[in-house]
This record gives sequence, C-alpha cells and structure tokens, in this order.
Amino acid sequence: MSTGLTRGAAAIVGVAESDLGEVAEGLSVVDLMAQGVHRALADCGLTLADVDGVFAAAGQSRMPSTALCEYLGLQPRVQDCTMMGGSSFMTHVAHAQAAIEAGLCEVAVIAYGSTQRSAGRRQVAPREFNPYETPFRPLTPASAYALAASRHMHQYGTTREQLAEVAVAARQWALLNPAAWEKTPLTVAEVLASRMVSHPLTVRDCCLVTDGGGALVMTSAARARHLRRPPVQVLGVGECISHQAISSMPDLTVTGAVQSGAQAYAMAGLGPQDIDVVQVYDAFTLTTLLFLEDLGFCAKGEGGAFVAGGAIAPGGRLPVNTSGGGLSYGHPGMFGIFVLIEAVRQLRGECGARQVSGCETAIAHGNGGVLSSQSTVVLGTAATV
Amino acid sequence: MTDTDVLASAASPLARYRAHLLRGELAYQVDEDGRPVFYPRVAAPAGRRGALSWRVSAGLGTVHATTVIAPKGEPVYNVALIDMDEGFRLMSRVESMPPQQVAIGLRVRMRVQMRVQAGDGDDGPVPVFDPLDANGGAAR
Repeated sequence: MSTGLTRGAAAIVGVAESDLGEVAEGLSVVDLMAQGVHRALADCGLTLADVDGVFAAAGQSRMPSTALCEYLGLQPRVQDCTMMGGSSFMTHVAHAQAAIEAGLCEVAVIAYGSTQRSAGRRQVAPREFNPYETPFRPLTPASAYALAASRHMHQYGTTREQLAEVAVAARQWALLNPAAWEKTPLTVAEVLASRMVSHPLTVRDCCLVTDGGGALVMTSAARARHLRRPPVQVLGVGECISHQAISSMPDLTVTGAVQSGAQAYAMAGLGPQDIDVVQVYDAFTLTTLLFLEDLGFCAKGEGGAFVAGGAIAPGGRLPVNTSGGGLSYGHPGMFGIFVLIEAVRQLRGECGARQVSGCETAIAHGNGGVLSSQSTVVLGTAATV
Repeated sequence: MTDTDVLASAASPLARYRAHLLRGELAYQVDEDGRPVFYPRVAAPAGRRGALSWRVSAGLGTVHATTVIAPKGEPVYNVALIDMDEGFRLMSRVESMPPQQVAIGLRVRMRVQMRVQAGDGDDGPVPVFDPLDANGGAAR
C-alpha cells in the first residue's frame, strides 16, 4: 500500500498550457509539448539548461520523450513516457518525485500535446482491434462509459438529470475561465435534448474534442523554495489499473480510484474532508459522479444526489473542476495534465473569477482508457508541509 | 486447417475460440479449480490456479449492462455486456427486439452469427443474443 515516497519531498513549481482549442494549421504534437515546456519553465524562472528529467505522453506519438528531447535539444539523465491514457501525467508526477528523491534528476518537465481536433479525430486515434469487443461496434470510448452509466442508474437510481447537472456545473465554471472553449450557458434541459451518442449519454454528457497541450515543472522541495512562484507540494500519490476493456472491468460502478485515492490520502495524511478543491477527470458526466464517490466525497451510489441543485457549481458546497473540465474547458484526448495545472493554479491563488478562497489543499485525479487506469495526486501549499 | 484440427492443436486462444463458434459453441476457459476465465488466454491470470482448460457454455445468460448507439444518419443498435450462467462476462448485442427495450436483467440465449458487418476489420463469427422467451424474457 505504501508508495515508498516522502510526503512533501518534491513540488510542482511551473505550469502552463500550450495553445488550446483549435491550433494553427501545421502545429504538431511536439510543437505543443515544447511550447508548454517553454512556458512552464518561464512560469517558474528556470531554463532548458536546468532540465535533467523529461516525462511525456501523447496519444499521437509513439516515442514522445524522444521526440521532445530532440526538439528541445536535451539529453536528460532520466526520461519516461509511461502511457496509461489520460491518467498518465499523475503517474508521471509520482515517477518524477521518485526520480528526484532518488537523486536521478533535479528538475523534471512533464509534457503533453494533441492536435486531434485540427488533424481530425479518426485520423489521429486509430483504435486497437479487440476481437472480443470491436465486432460489436461499441463507440469507443463513449459506449464503455454508457454501459457503466446503465449499471449506476440500475443499481442506484441515478437519473439522466443528475448526470446533466455535472455538465451544467462544468459549464458554469467554464464561463468564469477565459481559456475555456465553451462560452455560452447550458441548462439541464439542453443536455437532455442534445443528440444521443450512446444511451444514456448525449453529446453534452461527453467531453469536448479540442487540440491542446501543456507542461509541468517539478523539482525538490529545497530548490522549489527559491523559484518565482509559490511551490505546490506533492503530498500524496496513488495509482490503480483495474482492467483495459470495459467487458473486463470488475465492477462497472466502482473504479480503481478507491485504491489510488486511498494510497494518495494515506501518503498525504489527509482525507476527503481535508480537501479544499477537487479536480477530477470528467471525460463524461458519469466519471465526475464515480470519482466523487470513489474518492470519498460521498457514499457509493449517492453521487447523483450529491451533485444535484448546483452543489458542485460555482457557489456550491464543493468546488469541482473549476476550469470547466473536459466537458467545457477543453479535451485534447488525455486531460490529466490539465487537471493538475488547474489544481496548481488554485493552490497558487491565480484563478481570478473562479478562484476558490482559502485554498490550501487539492486533489487531482486522472482517469485513463475506459475507467481502466486511475491515478491520484494530493497537492498542498507550502503551509501544508 | 479445419476447425476440428484447430481444436486439437496448439492454436492461439482466439483461433480455438473461433473454431468453437464455427460449431455453434461459445467456449470459455476454466482454471484448475473450475473458475471461469474470459477472454481466452494462453495462461491463467493472477488469482487463478494452474493450467487453463476449455469448456463450452450452455449459452444462457443475463443482460448485465446495455447501451443503444445512435450513429449519425444510421439505424440505432444495441451493445450489451452479458453475464453467462457459468460465471463469465462478455460484450455482445441483443437482437430480435428493439435496441431501446433491451433491459438489465433480461434473460438471453446465445446464437452464433457467422459474419459481422463489413468494415470492422474482421469477418470472424461472433456470439450474439436473443431474448430467452418470445415475450422478451423474464427479468431476474
């Protein structure tokens, strides 16, 4: 159960998005990763000459760390392109901390880029053929989440209206975020009346399809104290892989976030009651419900009731996905890095109209595949260490 | 190689699975304690004991989860997860009824469809399901 890592030994010191939304024609995945790295280094006042660890993942690049190192002219001491879908970047944070603690590197960058919107989604995301699933033509990944939603509705009485509340809350946060893709209000009725993709999920229950990228800079807690921005300490990490294909998921209503969250909380010495702002990967409205349950913010099966009545929207009882999330801020395909970026910005108090007041602790939870890989990071301000 | 040759040989798990389907059978594996494993594998996963051997399902199951897919400009269709009575789960679809009426708990019976639709990158036989009785099956 123990992660073997030390609470507060490493910190995230720089964050940045690359260009987002629909990027200029010809911009590549590695262009966006490099843009994110340059901006994140500028954010903390470090330079490429300081970087000795490179971590990267991208759905459109088979060897993203190699590509990024060539582009940036780096020969780092450590590189890692762990790929477990959208949760990869939370696991990169854990691996970067391990490398920093072990003295393998001192300054690590974690990068992502995607041009899935401008390049055309079908072109950039060839699906692996699974002879036990693909012949039935599930709409991957939406149908997998729809199957899980059918179980949640059957077992717990969760309604489509409750799922829609998640999309509406995300939109309300997005309207407070100048960088968000969506710019107009959204109602529950509009979500329910949108085009059905894979029942019970409409297009408004599904994440956006955008371009985008970003990067994080991590270093030791000691070095973090002398940089441009307030350091955001890594307090806890955890991960769990429960399956790859949806037909192999042990229980369609319970994700590996139960385990990844428990590990991260244990390392942090914190529980859900101690968390000020919640950032969870909202690939679909259902995933927000599942992660609120599995990370302990409400009991299993009560996610639908928990989010009702604007409870996770601005002004609600728990601030969740304050950027607008994958549902309304943007979703280039592997959203985990943006979950981390928003958590860091909230802890640094930089979020303007959407800033959560008195924000000292945050949870950043990533999801990969079809609820397949879960990776959790608990973060805190310097005051929490 | 005929399907009988495949069943007797050291063929891949997928080839054996499909050879059974060509005989109208849904095959699965069990470990030494008789616990089911699906999809078919070359060796048992962690938590299961010993070598895997093959069994043929009686073909009866229950809808565990269901969705209706609505591709732009095309007819809707069902995708479901089916829990077989022998204790393993697979993805398939329920046919012979409106996709929207396929409900969790519906009892279903397996039938082999010899070819799937073109354009799926594969044309092997697949197991599909029909409601167990003419009235759409009894919910459990």
